[in-house]
Amino acid sequence: MLVAGIILVLTVIAYLAKVVGGFEGVQFSPTVSVIVVILLAASLLWILVLTLKGRLIGRRVVFLYVGIAVSLPLFMSISQKIVISPETQQLYDAISELPSGAKVLVSFDYDPPSAPELQPMAEAFLYYCFTHDFKVIVIGLWPQGPQQANLAIDKLLALPEIEAKNLQYGIDYVNLGYQAGNEFVIQRMGGSFESMFPTDYSGHPYSDLELVRNIRNFSNIDYSFNLSAGYPGTQEWVQVAVDRYGLSMGGGNTAVQAPMMYTYLQAGQLAGLLGGMNGAAEFEKLVGREDKGTRFMLSQSFAHMVVIAFILIGNVAFIVGGRKKKL
Amino acid sequence: MRREIPLAITGIVGVVFVVQYFIPHFPFSRMNDWFSDWFSIVQACAIWLGALNLLKISAQKIAARKSDWIYSIVIVACFFLIVIIGFIEGESFRGQGTAFSWLYDYVYTPLSATMFAILAFFVASASYRAFRARNFEATLLLGAAFFVMLGRVPVGDMLTAFLPDGYRLSALASWVMNFPQAAGQRAIMIGIALGIVSTSLRIILGIERSHLGGE
Amino acid sequence: MEHFAVWVAAFLTLGIVSFLYKDNPWYKLSEAIFVGISAGYWFVVLFWDNIYGKFWNGIFPEELIDSAGNVVTREPDYWLLVGAVLGTLMLLRLIPKIGWISRWPLAFIIGCTSGLYLINYFSSNMMRQVEATIMPLVGHWVLDPATSQNAFSAFSGADIFSNLVLVIGTFTGLVYFYFSKEHRGAFGGTAKVGIFFIMITFGASFGYTVMSRMSLLIGRADFLLFDWLGLVR
Repeated sequence: MLVAGIILVLTVIAYLAKVVGGFEGVQFSPTVSVIVVILLAASLLWILVLTLKGRLIGRRVVFLYVGIAVSLPLFMSISQKIVISPETQQLYDAISELPSGAKVLVSFDYDPPSAPELQPMAEAFLYYCFTHDFKVIVIGLWPQGPQQANLAIDKLLALPEIEAKNLQYGIDYVNLGYQAGNEFVIQRMGGSFESMFPTDYSGHPYSDLELVRNIRNFSNIDYSFNLSAGYPGTQEWVQVAVDRYGLSMGGGNTAVQAPMMYTYLQAGQLAGLLGGMNGAAEFEKLVGREDKGTRFMLSQSFAHMVVIAFILIGNVAFIVGGRKKKL
Repeated sequence: MRREIPLAITGIVGVVFVVQYFIPHFPFSRMNDWFSDWFSIVQACAIWLGALNLLKISAQKIAARKSDWIYSIVIVACFFLIVIIGFIEGESFRGQGTAFSWLYDYVYTPLSATMFAILAFFVASASYRAFRARNFEATLLLGAAFFVMLGRVPVGDMLTAFLPDGYRLSALASWVMNFPQAAGQRAIMIGIALGIVSTSLRIILGIERSHLGGE
Repeated sequence: MEHFAVWVAAFLTLGIVSFLYKDNPWYKLSEAIFVGISAGYWFVVLFWDNIYGKFWNGIFPEELIDSAGNVVTREPDYWLLVGAVLGTLMLLRLIPKIGWISRWPLAFIIGCTSGLYLINYFSSNMMRQVEATIMPLVGHWVLDPATSQNAFSAFSGADIFSNLVLVIGTFTGLVYFYFSKEHRGAFGGTAKVGIFFIMITFGASFGYTVMSRMSLLIGRADFLLFDWLGLVR
């Protein structure tokens, strides 16, 4: 209780410092960052020694290291070089070929848990669309998707370069909202968008929206981008919209789902793929707007290093210890 | 009645979806549209059923004063809170500044996001305690994980900066994902597809009836 | 209000995180709020988007006035009533005595899914994948625009090796999944190679899963340290 009380007092002080005192936060200098990294590495070596002695550390210690690995890099000022993978480049090339005024369908098939990976992709993609005067039609096969889309759109519309374009809802972009039915929604859209989405997100009738009034089905769409965190998602879009109705589509997937999409990519069913936060960071670099995807990559690197370190420690102890079952 | 009608519905609907793929014209195209529309409405009702069932179970728990019944009161109260707000606010319930969007942004989002985020801790702990190179297959698995985890973050290329461009860890991870990984994934995908196709066929023909309860 | 909101979000976030220490009332409270709010969320969204937006507006379409000032009418789609009847039958599952009737809409859902999956999986996940695996290994013919004739373009050694990996991996992986014949001799050896590829696939998937889970945690850490406490610049 005492520890909890102290933590509560500290958080209140930190919050008041931010709100009242105008405290702008901390950033480690490169030297401090390197010292922190060395200390972290040294402590992991100590864990290796302990494990070699046959003492497996408790799970809460592992939890602590994971917490440190994702949190501390947020304070650091180490720059990293983002290398563009072929699949990200392919997606960028596909949208680069679209003319101004192209009609782009973006399906937001995810919810808040996957937002750290997919929201940066969504923002980068919509940023490219808005700056290149594409007409954007948003839908969602997940109920939370259109709401995530609105978060991204509202954020982008506040940017000076987008604000200057004076984009109009219903003319430059629309959000048709969510419909239940998973792949049957896509199937029905193959015949008629309006039948599946008689009204938009806010209840405006489809025929009253200038942008979509003349869009009947997928044949009127120039390119589609699917942000997917599972079912229904990219697999269903590929099966119905791509393979059946000939839609050209790129995918933005959570890292959990991405490995399966490589088969579709290799078979030419997908025109580009962004996988996980790494894909988001690469795409941000390509569109020239580095944001959260790029900022979080240092934490991602640290987290991976810590997990790899724990795997190595466990295996070194296992091999040195004569492959005993206990280890 | 209890078995024959559902079997007939499954068979007719299934056959229509198969036929309309090959003959996308009237009447099959129209039937496809009807069925897709109905599916959407039935699925919405099925999800409603789930929510109502949750309420029923929570109410039973409260009435019987089972362990942790107090949390069932919280479930019911939160359910009604967001439902009442959502209905009162009308069709624009998700608009900026509505109470519904407040609940989405500051209650639903942090809870759902954190619920999945804490899995990271358990993945790391399991990696330390159970991920062992016990034989050749496990070593392959471990090696692939190792290269992908390092190659997909910038630190991988930093560690192999001494190698020429195109031979660093990011390139290696890309190759693993696009070739051996995609090959294994494709074999699994084709295997699953074969299973789904045969099971679907059994259901449409009425051989597989377990979804109707029994047999 | 904004201060209150961010503290509520932080309180609930830490409530879920507290489970890492052990199961406790703070976690249970946060979990119960999550269950209640998410069930209610789906309930409301489905009502407005589907039951009202699709069904009700489909049966009783509103008259519209377009930008030119003309009144636009839409024909009611009474076929949607069948969907509504099926949906209502589904809800009858809550009444045990007549709950059996919910098998009808269930049969409809199973029939739709079976019919669509049969075609989709056969076409996209099987035939298209087999087609993509039957690929040129050493080179391919390309049209030379200068001569308007096809010319053979050979792949590099690395490309040939990669293509072979893809073809052999897919074939041996499929052999491994064939359980109607005992995995012995040449067949067993081929299946063994298939296991190696499948292990690489699982390893890569594990790596990506770690990547995904860590990303989600980074998102929450950013909320706590940046949005809430403002400790990060």
